[in-house]
Amino acid sequence: MALTEQGAPAGRPDRPHVFWTMRRRQLLWVWGFLAVPVLFYGVIRFYPTGHAFWLSLTDWDLMSDPSFIGLDNYTRLFADPQFGRVFRNTFAYLIMGTPISLILSFIIAYALDRVRFGHTFLRALYFLPFITTASAMAWVWRWFYQPAPIGVINDFLSGFGIPQMAFLNSTTWALPSIMVTAIWAGLGFQIIIFMAGLRAIPTTYYEAARIDGLGEWAILRRITLPLLKPTTVFLVVFSSIGFLRIFDQVYNMTTNDPGGPLGSTKPLVLMIYQTAFSSYQMGYAAAQTVVLFTILLVVSLLQLWILRERT
Amino acid sequence: MHKGILLAGLMAGISPFTVTAAQAVEIEYWQYVFETRVNAMDQLIANFEAQNPGITVKHVTFPYADYQTRVVAANMARQGPDVLQLFYGWADQFIGGRVIQPLSPEAFPHAQIEEDFFPIVSAMKRGDDYYGLPTAVRSLALFYNKNLMEAAGLDPNTPPTTLDELVEQAKAITQVDAAGNMAVAGMTLDMGGQDHQWWREVLVRQFGGAPYSEDGRTVTYNDAAGAAALKFFTDLQLVEKVGQRGFMDEGQAAFRGGKAGFTVDGTFRLGSFRTIEDFEWGVTELPANADGLRSNYASYFANAIGAGAQGEELEAAEKFLAYISSEEAMKIWLDVVGELPARRAAAMTEENLANPVYAPFLKGLEYARTTLFVDEAAQRQNTIDMANRILIEGQTVEEALAAAAAAEQAIIDRAKK
Amino acid sequence: MTTASAPTPTLAMPRIHPGRILIWTALFIGGVIMVTPLIFMFSTSLKTAGQVYDLRMIPASPTLDNYVKVLSDGRFLRWFLNSTFIALAVTLSNVFFDSLVGYTLAKFRFRGRYFVFLAILSTLMIPTEMLVIPWYLMSAEFGWINTYWGIMFPGMMTAFGTFLMKQFFETVPDDFIEAARIDGLNEFTIWWRIAMPLVTPALSALAIFTFLGNWTAFFWPLIVTTSQELYTLPIGLSSFAVEQAIQWEMIMTGASLATLPTLLVFLLLQRYIVRGVMLAGLKG
Repeated sequence: MALTEQGAPAGRPDRPHVFWTMRRRQLLWVWGFLAVPVLFYGVIRFYPTGHAFWLSLTDWDLMSDPSFIGLDNYTRLFADPQFGRVFRNTFAYLIMGTPISLILSFIIAYALDRVRFGHTFLRALYFLPFITTASAMAWVWRWFYQPAPIGVINDFLSGFGIPQMAFLNSTTWALPSIMVTAIWAGLGFQIIIFMAGLRAIPTTYYEAARIDGLGEWAILRRITLPLLKPTTVFLVVFSSIGFLRIFDQVYNMTTNDPGGPLGSTKPLVLMIYQTAFSSYQMGYAAAQTVVLFTILLVVSLLQLWILRERT
Repeated sequence: MHKGILLAGLMAGISPFTVTAAQAVEIEYWQYVFETRVNAMDQLIANFEAQNPGITVKHVTFPYADYQTRVVAANMARQGPDVLQLFYGWADQFIGGRVIQPLSPEAFPHAQIEEDFFPIVSAMKRGDDYYGLPTAVRSLALFYNKNLMEAAGLDPNTPPTTLDELVEQAKAITQVDAAGNMAVAGMTLDMGGQDHQWWREVLVRQFGGAPYSEDGRTVTYNDAAGAAALKFFTDLQLVEKVGQRGFMDEGQAAFRGGKAGFTVDGTFRLGSFRTIEDFEWGVTELPANADGLRSNYASYFANAIGAGAQGEELEAAEKFLAYISSEEAMKIWLDVVGELPARRAAAMTEENLANPVYAPFLKGLEYARTTLFVDEAAQRQNTIDMANRILIEGQTVEEALAAAAAAEQAIIDRAKK
Repeated sequence: MTTASAPTPTLAMPRIHPGRILIWTALFIGGVIMVTPLIFMFSTSLKTAGQVYDLRMIPASPTLDNYVKVLSDGRFLRWFLNSTFIALAVTLSNVFFDSLVGYTLAKFRFRGRYFVFLAILSTLMIPTEMLVIPWYLMSAEFGWINTYWGIMFPGMMTAFGTFLMKQFFETVPDDFIEAARIDGLNEFTIWWRIAMPLVTPALSALAIFTFLGNWTAFFWPLIVTTSQELYTLPIGLSSFAVEQAIQWEMIMTGASLATLPTLLVFLLLQRYIVRGVMLAGLKG
C-alpha cells in the first residue's frame, strides 16, 4: 500500500491542492496512533536505561545527593569477592539449567507428540507447573528439601535407609536444588513450544523419508532436529535469559539466610536487589545491573551466532 | 521525666495554637506486623485518643522483612510517619538518612531518661541527643521442653544452669533414627535466629573475651576466647552431636514442633510459644560458665519521631511518644505482648519477679549487654557465614573466626567512614 | 488439537505396541512426578499442625481449618483481587496498544517507520532489572510508590507484544483495508472493526501470555509495594510465609490459595491457553 500515489480524496477531483491530502491525513493518523506509545517507550524504557548507566557512575545512598565517582563502582565490583561467587553462581544456573531443561523437554515433547491415548491429560500434567506462582511453589520445594524428619524427599530416602541429602543446607547442593525447582517450573512451557515446533514440520517430509527407507533414529537426526532448529534457537535464548535472571525461587527458598549458605545460591539479580533495596547503595547496584545487561546481551548474541543458519 | 512530659503536655494543651486547632490533628504511627504488638498498640492508641481528644493516630504496619525498605521508600516519597518504631541497631542508618529527628530535651529531659530507663537506652543516644525511647526491652533465656526432658529421664524441674549441664542434658534428649538422621535435637543451632547474639555477647564473654571494643568500633573477638566460644558452639553439632544447623529449617520451628529440647530465644518468642499445645515448656536464665559468670544480650525497638513531623503534628507526636513510653503503656505492653518494661520501676515489680516466665528474662536484664550494630543484617549474616564455614565447609575455627572478624571490621569501617 | 492433528503416519497404526505402552507409562510417571509438589501442597493444607510431619498423601482427618484461619483476615482475598485487577488492566492495555502499534508498523508506510520499529524491538534487550532502580526513583518522585499505577506502569506496553501483533497484521490482506478506506471508514475504525477481528487468535495469545506474566510477577511488585493492602498474590504469599515462621501447614494453605485459582482456570480453558502459548512462542 503506497500512500504516495493517492493525491487527493476520491470525491473531490476538482480541488487538487487541498492541504489535507489523503497522505497527510494518514500521517496524522499514524502519529496519532504512535503518540502515546512513543512517549511510553521514551519515558519508561529509554530514559531509565540512560539513567541506569548514569547512576552506575555515582555514589548514592538515596539520602544525600548522588556524587559522580567515575568507574569506581565497576572497579569495586570486580574486586568484590562476593561478586566472583555471584558471577559463578549465575553462570552455573545457565550452564546446567538450559541444557538439562531443553533436553528433558525435547524428549518429553517428542514422546508426548506420539501419544494419542490420554494426550490432553498427560500434557496437562506437564504443563500445570508452568502456570503456578513461582513464589508459592518455592516454599513447597523448600519444604520438600528439608532434612529429616520433616523434609519429604529425605523422609522418603530414609524410609529406604538411605542417608539424607543436605540439599539447601549444603554449599554444594543448594544451587542445584534451587535449579531443579526452576527447571520444573519452566519445563511445561518448553514442552509445549517443542510440540508446536514438531507439529509445524510438514508430514510430507516424513513420508518421503520413509519411502527412502530411513529408520526412526535417522529421521530424528536428519529431518526432525534440523527442521526444529528455529524453535530450538528460540528456546535456548529464552531459557538462558530466564536462568541468568533467576530470582523468585532463590529469594523465597532462602529467606533466613538470603542467597543460601555462604552465598552459594546467590544469583546476580539477588545481589542487585540486596545492594539496592537493603543496603541502599543505588550507584553500586546500578553498576551491577549494567553488568547484567552486558552479560545478557553477550550471551544472547553469542547463542544466536553459534546457532545461526549456516548456508 | 514523667513530670517533665506532663508539664510539656500541659503547656502544649493551654497554648492558644492548639486550642484553636482543636479540629483533630492526625498523626501516623508505623511498626512492623506482629499480632500481639499490633493489638497492644491499638489498645494504647485508643487510650491515648481518649485522653487527647484533638489527636487521632493512624496505625500502619508492615511485615518485618520489608520494614526498613518501606520506611526508606516512604521517606524518599516524603510520606514518612510522624512516630515510628525502629530497632535500636538501625539508629545510625535512620539518623544518617534523616528519617528521624532528635527528641527535644525540653519534652524529654535527659537526666530523667537516664534515671528511669535501663542503661541500654543509651544505644539511642548520638552526641548530645536522644533519638528515641523504648517501650519494651527484650532479653534472652533458655527455653526447655519438659516432655522431652522427662522422656530422656531428666528432671523437668531442674533445667541446666551451666554450659556443661546444658550439653549433658541435650545429649540425653537427642534422638537419632535408624538411618542415622537426627530425629530429636537436644539443642537448636540457628545462627540466623538468636544464636548469633548468644555467641557474641554471651559465649564470647563467658570464655573470657569481649566481642567489641567499648566504643563498638573495633572487633575484638578474634582471640583465644573468641575461638573457644566458637568452638563450643560448633562442637554442639560436630562433636557432641546434640544439634544440627538447618534442622527443621529454623530453631524456633524445631522447638515449637516439639523436636528440640533446648533453644535460646527472646521474650518476643513467648507469644508464639504460648500457643504450643502438644507439650509443656519452661524457661530459665541462660546457663552460666563454670565460674558462674553469666551474660545476656538485650535489645529493643525504640519509638522515634519522624523527620517530617512539624508544628502541631510534632507536638502531637511528642505527646504520643511520651504516652507510649510511660509506665502505664509499659504495663499494657507487658500484658499483651509479653515484652519487658524499659523503665526500671515498671519492670522490677515483685509481681514480675515472681512470674516464672518473666523472671529469667528480667534477671538477664541486670547483666545484659547490647551490641552497637552499624548494619544489623550484614553483621548477622557475617556471623551466620562464620558458623557455616565450619559446619558446612569444614574450615577450622581459627580460620573462620579470623575471616569473620576481618569482614565485620570492614563493615564497621565502611559505615563509620 | 489433541489427536486430530497427529503428525506422523506411525500413529495411524491401530495396534498397540509394547514399546508404546512403555513410553506411555514413562510419560505418565514423569507427569505424576511433575504434579507431586502440587498434590503434597494441597494435601498438607488439609492437615493440622500435628499431622504435618506424618507425610501421608491423603490426610488422616482432612480439615478446612487452615483455610478458615488464613482467609479469616481477608488479606488473601484482597491480594487475589489486586492481582486480578492489575493483571487484567495491564493485559487490556497491552492488547490495545501493542496491536495498535503493531498494526501501524505493519500496514502504513511512513518516514521513521523502520526507526520506530527498531527502537521498540531494541527494548527487548534491556532487562527489567536494569530499569527497576530508575523506575523506583521515578515512582518516588511522582508518588507512584505503593499505588496500583506504580505496580502496573512498567508493563503497559511490551516490545514482545508489539512484535507479535505486527507479525500477525502482516498476514491481513491489504485489500480488506483498502476496501474499507474506499467505503469512507476512518483509520481507527478500520483497525478496530476490520483488522482486529482478523487476528483474534493472536490477540488471545497475547492476552493469555500477558495475563500469566503479570499474575506471577514478583520482582517489581516486591520493590514498589509498601503496604499489605497493595500486595499482589505472589508478594502477599511470600510475606505471609515468612510471617508464619515455618508453620508448614499454614504456608501450604497460603500456597494452595495462591495457586488454585490459576489451576482451575487452566483446567477449564486448557485448549485455548495451550494454543495461545504455542502461538506466542512460535511467532515471538
